[in-house]
Amino acid sequence: MAKKKRSSGQKAPPVQGLLPVTMKINGKSHSDMVEPRLLLVHYLREVVGLTGTHVGCETTSCGACTIIYNGKSIKSCTMFAVQADGAELKTIEGLGEEGNLHPIQQAFWDNHGLQCGFCTPGFIMQTYWLLRENPTPTDEEIRQGLGGNLCRCTGYQNIIKSVKAAAKEMKK
Amino acid sequence: MIPRKFEYFAPRSIKEATSLLKKFGPDAKILAGGVSLIPVMKLRFGSPAKIIDINRIPGLEYIRASGGRLNIGALTRHAELERSKTVKDRVFLLSETASVIGDPQVRNMGTIGGSLSHSDPSGDWGAAIIALRGELTIQGPRKRRRMKVDDFLVDTFTSALQPDEILTEISVPIPPARSGGAYMKLERNLGDFATAAVAVQLTIDPKGVCTSAGIGLTAVGPKNLRAEKAENVLVGHPLTPKTLEEAAAAAAEDAQPIPDPLRGSAEYKKEMTRVYARRGIERAISRAKGGKK
Repeated sequence: MAKKKRSSGQKAPPVQGLLPVTMKINGKSHSDMVEPRLLLVHYLREVVGLTGTHVGCETTSCGACTIIYNGKSIKSCTMFAVQADGAELKTIEGLGEEGNLHPIQQAFWDNHGLQCGFCTPGFIMQTYWLLRENPTPTDEEIRQGLGGNLCRCTGYQNIIKSVKAAAKEMKK
Repeated sequence: MIPRKFEYFAPRSIKEATSLLKKFGPDAKILAGGVSLIPVMKLRFGSPAKIIDINRIPGLEYIRASGGRLNIGALTRHAELERSKTVKDRVFLLSETASVIGDPQVRNMGTIGGSLSHSDPSGDWGAAIIALRGELTIQGPRKRRRMKVDDFLVDTFTSALQPDEILTEISVPIPPARSGGAYMKLERNLGDFATAAVAVQLTIDPKGVCTSAGIGLTAVGPKNLRAEKAENVLVGHPLTPKTLEEAAAAAAEDAQPIPDPLRGSAEYKKEMTRVYARRGIERAISRAKGGKK
């Protein structure tokens, strides 16, 4: 299950084949030694400790692991951490915080755009990218834009409502 | 789902990449967008010992119109081809094809060169590049060669690339006036591989006679296929409803599907090839008449 997180000050034992990576995540620089096969989503969750990005299907289908990589939305289960060396990433933790939600987060809250919430970080990050590409999407464009994200609870209607509400709020 | 261990290289030039490929031979695999390779590695269908990540090589992502051709760097993302105005205006078929690949996140990462090199018979690019009679540039450690896409796509998951070669550019002729293209894809849901798909590129003279036709098929054979019989039915003839029906039937004959437990029987795929060929030809004609290439 969850790997033990390296505590600061305690040096990890040298492991052969580790590579250095440095990336900016939510504006903060992180440097670590990683195995080349470590997936970016596992790096974010288990090394950096940002568990807001979820692991769903692990096969590039569900979109729960969606993050922003150099300005574009990607599925972080389908990229190695070493590929992101030098990159700028944004995860759900970089969007808003309790008491000061991002308009997209607030819109999902207000419109019941979630039930169990497992898929929500992915939907919100994909919405973040979609609204930057297209600030006034039609219903059809929202459906197409969120086509790479799966939700098994809501039936999607309230998610689409949430995206429309967020678009309206962000245009103000 | 964790892949087997591998050694990772991130060359900064094509020369460096091909020399790594030459050194490691079939043990090495090129990582482009990774949207096919990484799932293959996670499911352990394949476990290359060396990964050569070409994403740090500058100058492989471009879309350039020059000398009557559209030249595309192999590392160009599907999303760039989907939104590029140059592509929309000059070779609309490429724009339409890009827009139905995978899902938005996949299109932000996946590359045209990676898709063609992967040579998945369900890949969308092969059919479109066949319809456009595209040519590919391949760079080895010493030699560069150029070949037709028909020769590049050899078999299921098999391209003409040697272990020490990289696909660097895709080049298609920019269609003349009175040309139209369409990519018609049947998928169970957004993001799924095609059940069947048809790429059509036509040119019509002022009298309504078809002067050139390219038709490529997806997911109905061991690789993306050229529907040659269907092309021959169209070229040199006025595009009457009867000709269209004959061409669509010929496209179904050109298809060589095998049953797919998820996406339908061989008969179903053949029938869908006929239906989508007919719709694709109709759409291409209407675009040729509307002036959209």
